[in-house]
Amino acid sequence: MTAVSAPQAMPLQAERSDAQSDAASLPATVVRSYWQSVGYRLRHDPATLVFAAIVLAIVLAAIFAPLIAPYDPLKESIIGRLKPFGWRGHLLGTDDLGRDMLSRLLYGGRVALLMGVVPVLIASAVGGTLGVFGGFVGGWVNTATMRTMDVFYAFPSVLLAVAIAGAMGGGIANGMIALTLVFIPPICRVAETATTQVRSLDFIEAARASGARPLTIIRHHVLGNVLGPVFIYASSLVSVSMLLASGLSFLGLGVRPPTPDWGLMLSTLRQSIWVVPWVCALPGLAIFITSVCFNLVSDGLRAAMDVRM
Amino acid sequence: MQSYLLRRILYAIPIAIGVSIVCFSLVYIAPGDPLETVLPPDATAAMVAQIKHIYGFDKPIPVQYVIWLGRVLVGNFGISIADGRPVILEVGQALANTGLLALYAVPLAFTLGYAMGAVAGCFPGGWLDRCVTGTAVAGVSVPNYWLGIVLVILFSVQYMWLPATGMGPDGVSQLHLLQWTDLKYFVLPVITLAMIPIGIIARSTRAAVAEIRNQDFVQTLRAKGLSEWAVIRHVLKNALPPAMAVMGLQFGYLLGGSILVETVFSWPGSGYLLSKAIINRDVPVLQGTILALSMIFVATNLLVDLLQSLVDPRLRRG
Repeated sequence: MTAVSAPQAMPLQAERSDAQSDAASLPATVVRSYWQSVGYRLRHDPATLVFAAIVLAIVLAAIFAPLIAPYDPLKESIIGRLKPFGWRGHLLGTDDLGRDMLSRLLYGGRVALLMGVVPVLIASAVGGTLGVFGGFVGGWVNTATMRTMDVFYAFPSVLLAVAIAGAMGGGIANGMIALTLVFIPPICRVAETATTQVRSLDFIEAARASGARPLTIIRHHVLGNVLGPVFIYASSLVSVSMLLASGLSFLGLGVRPPTPDWGLMLSTLRQSIWVVPWVCALPGLAIFITSVCFNLVSDGLRAAMDVRM
Repeated sequence: MQSYLLRRILYAIPIAIGVSIVCFSLVYIAPGDPLETVLPPDATAAMVAQIKHIYGFDKPIPVQYVIWLGRVLVGNFGISIADGRPVILEVGQALANTGLLALYAVPLAFTLGYAMGAVAGCFPGGWLDRCVTGTAVAGVSVPNYWLGIVLVILFSVQYMWLPATGMGPDGVSQLHLLQWTDLKYFVLPVITLAMIPIGIIARSTRAAVAEIRNQDFVQTLRAKGLSEWAVIRHVLKNALPPAMAVMGLQFGYLLGGSILVETVFSWPGSGYLLSKAIINRDVPVLQGTILALSMIFVATNLLVDLLQSLVDPRLRRG
């Protein structure tokens, strides 16, 4: 019996190994988890990788500014005011008080990134919570929340930020509060839309029927479907937040001098465009490059995570 | 149609009330006594009493709101701390000047953005599409006040072709909108203001055109034997309502964005007034300008919705 069965088993094994090698050569049959496929798509998107690398470089440059800045960003010099590129070792020139532009630009990235990320994070937490609870509970609670958000929607974002920061009197903390208030309504709306879409699906009904409490349902079944869209939307807001924040400090509502900040630098150097025009344009260029890179990385993430908004 | 019109207008009323509440509370989120924030530091005792009476600061806040709303509705926005003039006069004048900028910037942004988006959407993936998409991303990410400064550096500092700031030698009173001597003051601010809306409109028009080109009726048009140009005309017509909606929203952002752009060009409009009010801590002017601008924004959105439903009857049923 054994002598007969052995040869039969041989071709079977051979067939199986053939099937395995086929599966390895055809990527379509490889089963990936959601995050693996997101990673796969990101790895095959060179443009996004390049811009992500630039964003990383900007972040690192801001964090390690004390180590790489060639000069003290606050050290003034009476004879070295408003000098062009490359003057006596000042690679990017000097500002109206003779301070090194390169060092100030490096340090300025700290405030810019802080103002880009912190308001969006707080607004995501607050707006996301409001949206998820509103969308999950539904009824008049949701209507009341969303109509209140509609009121803030009725302001152009720059105007709302300037109004709040202007009335409160400027400064980093007030600027952050203003920007957070600007971003809560749109994030709330995204979270609410996603929650409402999920809420009526069968698996929520099944969870409820099997006795899960509302908070448990939200944590295990709703959040997973809402966090993706909220994350993608929030990532697109980082560059908006940076632009608005530098706009606020351009108007004198951001950080106080002499702290280096791109918006504030642009605003003070504006008086000197007749002396060293292109040195004066540098802080704005820094804002522009950072904002473009954040925008493109956010677009790439959206494509990789395949979230429809 | 009439019921849609009524519904849409009724919906705008609570929004407008909410906006007025936010503007009203600006005086109260300002640090310190609200009385101090609306009074000049050197106010006389008589003035204090008068302002206290006008604002009703001794009454409960909801009552103060009603008093304030009543004043605003008859056009009394309070008195500027900086120069003691009625806020309504300053805001009115400034809005007129901003309106002049918008008069050029809005049509420029719409036609250019729509044309760019249409071209890109008709040739998706081509080099034209890439150029337009790149320009659109840049337009969305550029800090417009910096763009203004760069344009000034290029055209005023380096080549001296165009004036850097201001509104012209004669001011507003004798402005000739068709004469180059006055018109040249408009060129840089208008381009700067239009940049962001151009990017956003181009982006959304491109998406709309690309989507509509894939719809069944386009296939039908081709099957009927229509020329490619006739097909494109149909597609562009269908892409118009979404582009209009975006432009309506952008009009508001243009008004908001004018804060920074007008500061750069010292253009005596609503944005410049706002930034002066911020420097002077002139809360009544801040409040009045923001109220006026946001009400214009609410009204524009309403108007755009109504116009859209005229162009696209399907929306009326929604």
